[in-house]
Parts: sequence; C-alpha cells; structure tokens
Amino acid sequence: MTKHMTGAEMIVEALKDQGVEYVFGYPGGAVLPIYDALFGQNQVRHVLVRQEGGAGHAAEGYARSTGKVGVLLVTSGPGATNAITALTDALMDSIPLVCITGQVPTHLIGSDAFQECDTTGITRNCTKHNYLVRRIEDLPRVLHEAFYVASQGRPGPVVIDVPKDIQFASGAYHFPRNIQHKTYRPKLKGDQDKIKHAIEMMTKAKRPVFYTGGGIVNSGPNAAMLLRELVKLTGFPITSTLMGLGAYPASDKQWLGMLGMHGSFEANNAMHDCDLMICLGARFDDRITGRLDAFAPHSKKIHVDIDPSSINKNVKVDLGIIGDCAHVLEDMVRLWRAEAARPDASALAEWWKKINHWRDRNSFGFRNSREIIKPQHAIQRLYELTKDRDTYITTEVGQHQMWAAQHYKFEAPNRWMTSGGLGTMGYGLPAAIGVQMAHPKALVVDIAGEASILMNIQEMSTAIQYRLPVKIFILNNQYMGMVRQWQELLHGGRYSESYTDSLPDFVKLAEAYGAHGMRCSDPAQLDAAIMEMIETPRPVIFDCLVDQKENCFPMIPSGKAHNEMLLAELEDDAGVELGNVIDERGKMLV
Amino acid sequence: MTKAYPPSPYSSPIGKHNAESHTLSVLVDNEPGVLARVVGLFSARSFNIESLTVAEVAHENHLSRITIATSGTPEVIEQVRHQLERLVPVHSVTDLTLAARAIERELAMVKVRGKGDARVEALQLAEAFRAKVIDATTESFIFEITGAPRKNDDFVDLMRPIGLVEVSRTGIAAISRGPEPI
Ligand SMILES: Cc1ncc(C[n+]2csc(CCOP(=O)(O)OP(=O)(O)O)c2C)c(N)n1
Ligand SMILES: [Mg+2]
Repeated sequence: MTKHMTGAEMIVEALKDQGVEYVFGYPGGAVLPIYDALFGQNQVRHVLVRQEGGAGHAAEGYARSTGKVGVLLVTSGPGATNAITALTDALMDSIPLVCITGQVPTHLIGSDAFQECDTTGITRNCTKHNYLVRRIEDLPRVLHEAFYVASQGRPGPVVIDVPKDIQFASGAYHFPRNIQHKTYRPKLKGDQDKIKHAIEMMTKAKRPVFYTGGGIVNSGPNAAMLLRELVKLTGFPITSTLMGLGAYPASDKQWLGMLGMHGSFEANNAMHDCDLMICLGARFDDRITGRLDAFAPHSKKIHVDIDPSSINKNVKVDLGIIGDCAHVLEDMVRLWRAEAARPDASALAEWWKKINHWRDRNSFGFRNSREIIKPQHAIQRLYELTKDRDTYITTEVGQHQMWAAQHYKFEAPNRWMTSGGLGTMGYGLPAAIGVQMAHPKALVVDIAGEASILMNIQEMSTAIQYRLPVKIFILNNQYMGMVRQWQELLHGGRYSESYTDSLPDFVKLAEAYGAHGMRCSDPAQLDAAIMEMIETPRPVIFDCLVDQKENCFPMIPSGKAHNEMLLAELEDDAGVELGNVIDERGKMLV
Repeated sequence: MTKAYPPSPYSSPIGKHNAESHTLSVLVDNEPGVLARVVGLFSARSFNIESLTVAEVAHENHLSRITIATSGTPEVIEQVRHQLERLVPVHSVTDLTLAARAIERELAMVKVRGKGDARVEALQLAEAFRAKVIDATTESFIFEITGAPRKNDDFVDLMRPIGLVEVSRTGIAAISRGPEPI
C-alpha cells in the first residue's frame, strides 16, 4: 500500500514496518522534522541518551542481546562525529546497526554550512555501507535496504544521511515486500562437497579442536544449539574467542575456556598442538593467533565463515567453507549422523589425557586474600551470586574485562556484551542500557574499571530517566590496570600516566545522579554487598576496591607463541624477571 | 632467525619477493561515492594501485566498470578481490590476469621537444610504434599512442633521451577475448 507523507514521517513509518521498538538518539537542528514525526506516536520509543556515542553503544547492546538491528538517530555534524567510535566498534564486532543522521539541506552540502560534516565520507570506512539520500523518491527503498544490509551476511553498521529538505519533502511511501538487494546477496549455504570433506577430516583427526567465535552468536540461537550437538557427537574439545563466549556452555566438560592472549593454558596449548582446527565464525585475529609463524604449526585448518574475505586473510587454511554458521553446522550434524561417522576414539582419548594434564595447571588460578579483594575473586563471587538469575553482562575494556571473560561462566549466547575488536573503553554502561531496555526484568551488570566508566558516565542520567536498574560493578584498582600491566612487563615498571589521580567519589557520584552508591573493600563483606547491589531495584554504582597491583594472567606476550604463555606462578618464581619476557620484536607489536 | 611465515597477506615477508601484477575488472553500480569506496579500501588496507580507470559502461542500468592494476603476492591479490566483493555496490570482480585471454589497452599522449636530428628520430620511432602526431610546433611534437601499457612504456623510454617533456596516460582499460562477457 502506497501512502503519501513527508520524508521524516517515512523514516518513522519504516522503523515501524521494520518492527523497531527503540531508537537511541539525541536531537539537533538537522533532525528536528524526524523528532517531530516521533512526537505523538508511541509505537517507536525514543531513548534520549546523553551523548551520541552512548546512543551507538546502547544500540549495540540492544542488538547483541536480542539479535535484532539496533537503531540510533543523531543530528548532523557533531552528532554524527560523536557516533563514529560506536560505528567503528560495531563494524569490528559485526553488530547490526542502522544509524540515521541528519544533514544540512541538499543545496547547502559542500558549503561548510553550520553543523555540516561529510558524514558519508567520514563513515565510509567505518560502516558496512552508507547512503546519502538526495531524492525523496529514494528514501523508502534506502531505509529498508539499510536494514537488509545491516542484518544480512556478516552484520554491520549502516548509516543513512538524510538532508533536512528531504525530511520536509513529501512523496510516496511503500513497504517493499521483497527486500532483495540487487548486488548484495550473501551465500548462506556451504558447499556440500566441502562440508563432506570437512567431516572426513574430522573423522581422521587425532588431536582436533573446535575454535569458535562471534559468528556463531551472530548466526542466531540455532547455530549455538547445532554447535552443541556437533561437539557432543564428535567428542572434540572446544574453545572460543572473547566474542563467542556463551555460544557453548562453559559448564560443559568439553569446554576449554577462552583462548588467546588471556585465554586458558589448555585452550592455547590445544590450539598449538592440534592436528585439526575447526574454526567456526572466528577470524584469526592477532589477539588469538599470537606469533603467526608459530601458530598451530602441525595443524590442518577448516574455516567456516560467511565473509569470504575472512578466509585466508591472516592464516592460510586447508579448507575454507563460505556460509552461515547455522546452515553449515546443520549440514555437518546431518552428514555426521548420516554417515555414522566415528572419531578416532583411541587417539581422542590420548588427546583428552594431554588436555586434562594442561587443565590441571589451573591457569586462571590466583592467590586469594583475606585482607584485600582480589579482582578475580570479585568476579567469581558475582558469578556465583547471579548465575541462577536472568543475567546479562556487559564490560568496559581492560583487565576487568579479561577477568570477567575468564571467571564469569556463560551458558547461553547473547548474554555477554563486550567490545572485542575495537576495545572501546566506555562501551559497557551504554551497552547495559541498551540491554536493559530490551530485557526490562533481567539483571544487567556492567563489569567496569574505574577509568573506563568515566568515559561514558553521563549515561547514568539516561538510566535514571528510563528507570533502568543497571548495575555498575567497578573493579577499582585506581590504575588503568591493563596499561599498568604492560608498562610493568614492557617498560621497566615506569608507570607513565596510568595512575588516575582525583577519581570521583563513586558513591556520591551515584547519589548525585539519583542512583544507589555502594563501596566495599573487605573480602568478608563482599557477598553481602553484591547481594545488596542485586536486590536494589534501581541503578547502582558499586565501587569495589580491589588489589591495585594484580596482573591478568595467563598472558601470551605480544610476539610469542601459544605455548609460550606466562602463567601467574611466574611472578613469584625466583630468577624470572618479568621485565625481560617480551623481546624487542614483541614490544613493537600492540 | 627469520623463519618462513605462513603465507598471509598481512604477515608474509615472502610478499616482497613474489609480487605479481594483476588487472582487476570491477563492475559497480554507478552511485555517488562508489569510486571513493573502492579507492578508500585500497588505502585503508595498504593495497597498491598502479593504475585505475573508471567509466560508465551501461547507462540504462547505471553500471560502471572500474579497471584496477594492482600488485601483490597471490594471497594479497585474493584478499583484494574478496575485499572488493564485500563492498555493497560491487556486482562482480574479475581477475583478468588469471583469465589469461584478456586484452589491455591504454592511451598515452607524449610531448617531446627537440630540433634537427632529434625531430627526425622521434618521428621515425613514432612511426615504428604507430603513434600519431596530434600536435606539432617547430620545436615539439605531441604523439598519441594506444597499446598495451608495456608498449607505451617502451615508447616513452625511447623518447626520453630525445627530449621527453611530459606524458599523460589514461590508465588501463581491459576486456576478455572471445564472445563471452568478462
Ligand atoms: C577509548 C580508549 N582509550 C584508550 C584505551 C587503551 N586502554 C586499554 S585498557 C586501558 C585501561 C583501562 O583502565 P580501567 O578501566 O581502570 O580498567 P582496568 O584495566 O584497570 O581493569 C586503556 C587506557 C582503550 N582501550 N580505549
Ligand atoms: Mg582500573
């Protein structure tokens, strides 16, 4: 059905047609007509953030926790530039977003008009795609195409830049039934011969390992179910990247924990020694591979990815399968069953023996204390006290993020929201707001650092306004802990600018916003304090004072191989000088 | 010390030794910004562009062909192709160097200055290369030459000692042989 309306009305209509519940945004001159169209309707709810970056991360949190497209609406110029970090974050972590930006009227474009910026130019390399709409006739198609592009294939952020005169112009709106893009058609189903070949390789493997990533989560809950089935059928061990946590239940015996720079000893050693690596929806990022020339040197590699450019990008693989994880997993499970495939049971038993030996090192272990709260202990207690609830975890970036990944055990996908690829401090609080918006009854905790939280602390005000009872659990070590750790390991303990002086009083800060503030520094009172946080029906800032000098181990130093991990005991070993463990080449890496 | 890395576009020091030149034919929707997207991709990912041409090839369905000469290891070339294919307005990417039966042409205009024997020599060479004189003064010629880029290189090199002033080249246009489209 075709209806006549203004461009601004079309935008709101298209959001309704796409089933959008929430738009995270911030008004300004160039989007006033859209705000006018939002006014007086309540199908699409607008969430007023306090900075556009917050809108972006909130939309990311919403998207990641629901599997739907997150939507943000910002004005031209500074509104658009403030959203850049979140767009880049979404691009790196493959999060589907549609970002609508206002633009100066078409006749002023290029004149350096007030609050003009070249939004499509600036965002070209940090979006999956972007549009500048110059004709009202194009607007309906572009709006729906944007949702298609953002959500199909490898998801990502899409920007629609709409000049103000186009928002005022009127034209015919229709909801295209059949949204098919004329060029963009990602391949979902994997090549059957290749999948068959993969199954063959799997039955012959003696030391196999599944290496999974965010692609499983993006592919949807079905992919996670099928993954569980395949892992059970084969009996193979499984590890995952930071982005893939939750796709496989952490409580299961076959789970090795996260891999990579701060991954478990068993996961990284299994990757190093495996003879078959089955990579599903992960991308061989440098935080995962460590030194490339020593990466899994004796392995054959299968790589399943929906993005053909991910295959053979960083690591050459033996069998690349282009397709959506759920589709390929379904075929794998079916074929495995149909062919009554059997793994090499005796080799597998040997392999598990070896893995269990590595497991015995208990590489996430730490020396607990009665005097001072160890950050790892705080996460473990948080986990124990929240695991039986409907809980979602977001994080900021730093040591606390890695400790959360190591010690919080996820059983289901879409429960863990973190900034992996870009590593954006300030992600966690707005992301938690997006998650809480989508899951009003759930317990949403942002595991934070005292430095990161200040990067988007203004969003506390949003949480209050919308009565979002998010919990900010700050592991306060007074340091940019991850920076301090690298300075200790790489720069002779010269802690240049990594100590934060003049931190706010977080309890008073919470109160100033109208939230509940708490502080705890005594391990004996930690449980009670966490319970108080959980049971407070309002937003909470919990200032948890932890050991300031704790380092995050295990760690694969930059430029080292998976089997050259530093373990926590090292620190106390006589004769090992931590300042020397990273060689000159490693120091050059990030 | 330096062990051989596995072949990967981003890690491979092998890259410096086995770089190949490839010509890619990229069919795109002729929409605003599409060229910037393609060029931005090359700079963002540190790929080389040796030559780039772009023009509309099918007006009624808004298609343009971008022909890019690039160089890199086989792994890098594969990445370039996949990264281009990832761009939303890209219809297809064909590696014409792999297609083997492709024809490449480029037009160059070559300005040469000289008197006496030099002029005679320039004209003789131009004739041998089937270059046309498109402008002449008593002390200069401008030649127009169309051919495979290598042939144009050779011609320019020969003009250098005679009195080459400057060259303007169009970059490569390429197409596959035979009745089939690219
Ligand atoms: C926006 C941004 N700026 C800088 C960095 C670099 N960086 C990574 S971790 C970190 C320190 C984080 O400190 P804090 O939030 O206190 O966490 P901790 O490591 O102490 O747990 C910094 C500065 C970053 N990741 N993001
Ligand atoms: Mg800190």
